[in-house]
Amino acid sequence: MSAAAFAAFAPFTLLGAVTIVVMLLIAVRRDHHLIALSTIVGLLLCCIALPLAAPASPTAVTPLFVVDGIVFFYSGLVLGSALIVAILSYIYLEGSAQGPREEYYLLLLTATLGAAVLPASVHFASFFLGLETLSISLLGLIAYASPREDAAEAGTKYLILGGASSAFLLFGMALIYADLGTMSFASIGALVHAGGPPDRYRLVGVAMILTGVAFKLSLVPFHMWTPDIYEGAPAPITGFVAVVSKIAVFAVILRYFILAEGHADASLRAGLAAIAILSMLGGNLLALLQNNVKRLLAYSSIAHLGYLLVAFLAMGSLGIEAIAYYFAAYAIMTLGAFGVVGLLSTPGSGRDADRIEDYRGLFRTRPFLAASLALMLLSLAGIPPTMGFIGKFYLIVSGVGAGLFWPVTALVIGSVIGLYYYLRVLVAMAMPVPAEHAAPPAAAPLYGNAVIAALLVLLVVLGAYPAPAITLIRMTVGSTSW
Amino acid sequence: MILLWLLLIPTVGGILTWIAGSQHPDWPRWIALAVLAIDLILALTQIGPAVASGHTAWIASLDLPWIPQLGISFELNLDGLSLVLILLAIALGLASVVISWTEITDRVGLFHANLLWATTGVIGVFLALDLFLFFFFWELMLVPMYFLIALWGHERRYYAAIKFFIFTQGSGLVMLVAILVLVFIHQHATGHLTFDYLALLGTRMSPSTAFWLMLGFFLAFAVKLPAVPFHTWLPDAHTEAPTAGSLLLAGILLKTGAYGLIRFVVPLFPDAAHAFAPVAMALGVIGILYAALLAFGQNDMKRLVAYSSVSHMGFVLLGVFAWNTLALQGVVLQMLAHGISTGALFILVGALQERIHTRDMRLMGGLWGAVPRLSAFGMVFAIASLGLPGLGNFIGEFLILLGSFRVSVVFTVIAAGGLVAGAAYALLLVQRAFHGRASPSLEAARPIDLTTPHLAVMAVLVLAIIGLGLYPQPIFDQVAPGLAVLQHNGASSVGAPAPGPQ
Repeated sequence: MSAAAFAAFAPFTLLGAVTIVVMLLIAVRRDHHLIALSTIVGLLLCCIALPLAAPASPTAVTPLFVVDGIVFFYSGLVLGSALIVAILSYIYLEGSAQGPREEYYLLLLTATLGAAVLPASVHFASFFLGLETLSISLLGLIAYASPREDAAEAGTKYLILGGASSAFLLFGMALIYADLGTMSFASIGALVHAGGPPDRYRLVGVAMILTGVAFKLSLVPFHMWTPDIYEGAPAPITGFVAVVSKIAVFAVILRYFILAEGHADASLRAGLAAIAILSMLGGNLLALLQNNVKRLLAYSSIAHLGYLLVAFLAMGSLGIEAIAYYFAAYAIMTLGAFGVVGLLSTPGSGRDADRIEDYRGLFRTRPFLAASLALMLLSLAGIPPTMGFIGKFYLIVSGVGAGLFWPVTALVIGSVIGLYYYLRVLVAMAMPVPAEHAAPPAAAPLYGNAVIAALLVLLVVLGAYPAPAITLIRMTVGSTSW
Repeated sequence: MILLWLLLIPTVGGILTWIAGSQHPDWPRWIALAVLAIDLILALTQIGPAVASGHTAWIASLDLPWIPQLGISFELNLDGLSLVLILLAIALGLASVVISWTEITDRVGLFHANLLWATTGVIGVFLALDLFLFFFFWELMLVPMYFLIALWGHERRYYAAIKFFIFTQGSGLVMLVAILVLVFIHQHATGHLTFDYLALLGTRMSPSTAFWLMLGFFLAFAVKLPAVPFHTWLPDAHTEAPTAGSLLLAGILLKTGAYGLIRFVVPLFPDAAHAFAPVAMALGVIGILYAALLAFGQNDMKRLVAYSSVSHMGFVLLGVFAWNTLALQGVVLQMLAHGISTGALFILVGALQERIHTRDMRLMGGLWGAVPRLSAFGMVFAIASLGLPGLGNFIGEFLILLGSFRVSVVFTVIAAGGLVAGAAYALLLVQRAFHGRASPSLEAARPIDLTTPHLAVMAVLVLAIIGLGLYPQPIFDQVAPGLAVLQHNGASSVGAPAPGPQ
């Protein structure tokens, strides 16, 4: 490995080092504040290191990784989101006194490490290793020692279904390797390009990889686990599952498709379009039936991944930019929404504040959090002046530009359906305070509100004036030759 | 720059009122009044140059880069048409603040913030000439309106608010897709990605494409107008909204639909619009009669006024698709007169509800004895609404009928029947509510008559509606250059006059 490669990979090395330091710190001294603080500082350092280390041109780091603009953007998004999750987790865990709290941060760091290297992966080995590091750490986080029974249930479900999806993924990779004899994305791409139409091995292999990935991205019809796990996991971790793991997995599959598949095969595209349409309609329709805000957001995230698939199908420079912008918007609004849910919850009470009734009268009792959640939900619904609006616009632009009639139609219909359930939560917040709520819940800590406020400012500023964000995306994601 | 100020002042004013609301309940009201007054003065200063303008129709314009990567700019342009509608919007905004003085006592700061932001959104719609910016404001004005209905409305407010939002947002998304297809067709032809309305004018496309795109735009505007059969959100939204909300809805938001038809649908797709004209005119005529019939059958006074609103908007639809100078002038006047007369009726219904706690006309009667001033104003605006000569609505409807007569005799004759139906429901309203014998409960309630602020608003509105009715020429002069340009753009290449069933 050359010095340039070392330098380019430094943020990830640093993240690994932070993980080890935190582990050693736990061994020396069990102190929630200390561990949380070192985790947050460590993640912050990684966030700072990433732009500093970003190389001018794509740099290969071993045959497994490449560090380029895409990594800068997506890993940056992953690290930034992880940082916010860490802060929210600290507030959340501070509220619950039971059990050990320190290992939580260890798991959070390893999960982040797995997620952060995924956008840099250009090889099946690193793809799979990153994904497994992420998934296995997440398993621990979802079921993290809590008095809630549904947490254990959620963890077990994630273990079994995640295992099954990994098996699919691995089998798919094996089939492609058997067919082409290489595991590097670029060589697969070269061989595919040289060879004619795909043979059955490769097609089945790609389909199985897509199945595994669709599990992780919770796309219909592989979405069954999503609502239970979103409901069962602690609110900050739900945010992590919804944002970090999805961004990382989407980034790697995007890179795989561009480098190796080239979007050539019509049957593959038809299958993806079907999955996209099913996810958009299914996710939104099922969300209508929910009375639990976390489940509602789970189904809405299914729909949002479906929206993203529209741009994925469109591809081209517009599609790639649209995906990047939408993920930035998605990260901010989803973290904001789950952040508010987490701040409203009292972790010791056995469940999070996740029923719609819990939100009644919120505009009076907690006006700031209510207004924040309202804006996050409006952004998820795609209403200006938020990033969600520009993001959805960008997706529709890419879809219309590529002439994807049915996916765009489904996107429009899905958005209209989606509006209803987002507004339902808004309406609940606007209702009078229920009588039994004599005492308003304890105020959230100041820095909790500060995190939400920061997300809010980003959401509105980049929603009203998106040009800088788009410039950044063009510089990083757009300019890189995939 | 003045156009930017027109938008910025109410936006910032909204933030101020929100903050001030936590200090004292009266501060937001005064701030909102001041903000809207400044905005009104600013808009009034623009009146002069338009009359003198000869060559170009723009009074003022502004073009700032916004999202240059996607060919989107912050492009605002003001012509006479936009100007009169903006003036109406701000004036009715002022009226809403005054008449909410006693009605709204809960979260006053947030209420006025939403009121100002809704006004901002509407002004933006009237100014934006970049299609994306237009869509941005189009969606933006929904949110404060939604909150106005959902937070301060009446019994079934949540249902009404969600229905309003979904109808308008859904149709808006269809329009967005149509906008994008248009933009890509233009990019394909010229290699230039832009959302600029002026650049997109005259984009060549196949007739069937043009037709579908036109339909996408038409749907969004027809829902907002509303045209039958897309009107079902309106009675609910109007009925459940607080008085100021109804006033804004009727006075301003509905006008954005008509404005969109005039500014975008016909000029962007002249041939398709001309081909579609018979259908649209038929929808207009059906709307006039059907809504009048429904208004006739209502017991809820606010619903009656809401349906009368749909009926009046049917005339607008008829006039727009007749697309000649007379009809368009009539449309502009009808929009202004409808905003004033229907707005005034909503204010009166709101004032009544505040006093006797019902909108049900079966429980009313004999109000003239109890609240003579309110009843007298109610009478004036009811007969304005039915189109009495000398009041604004008459000029509007008369010109529309005159204009559409040249295009389609059949539709015009049927539409004229709407005037009779209008007389029926308007007089019925007067009879049931104000005349007759007062019910015992009403006498026991001893409602007080209109107070000075309400009287002042009413007096201004009466003067305005009489002014429009007696001397509408200044309005015509103001909008003429803008309309002439639009008509030029919207002239069908197939050949005028527009085809219609003769």
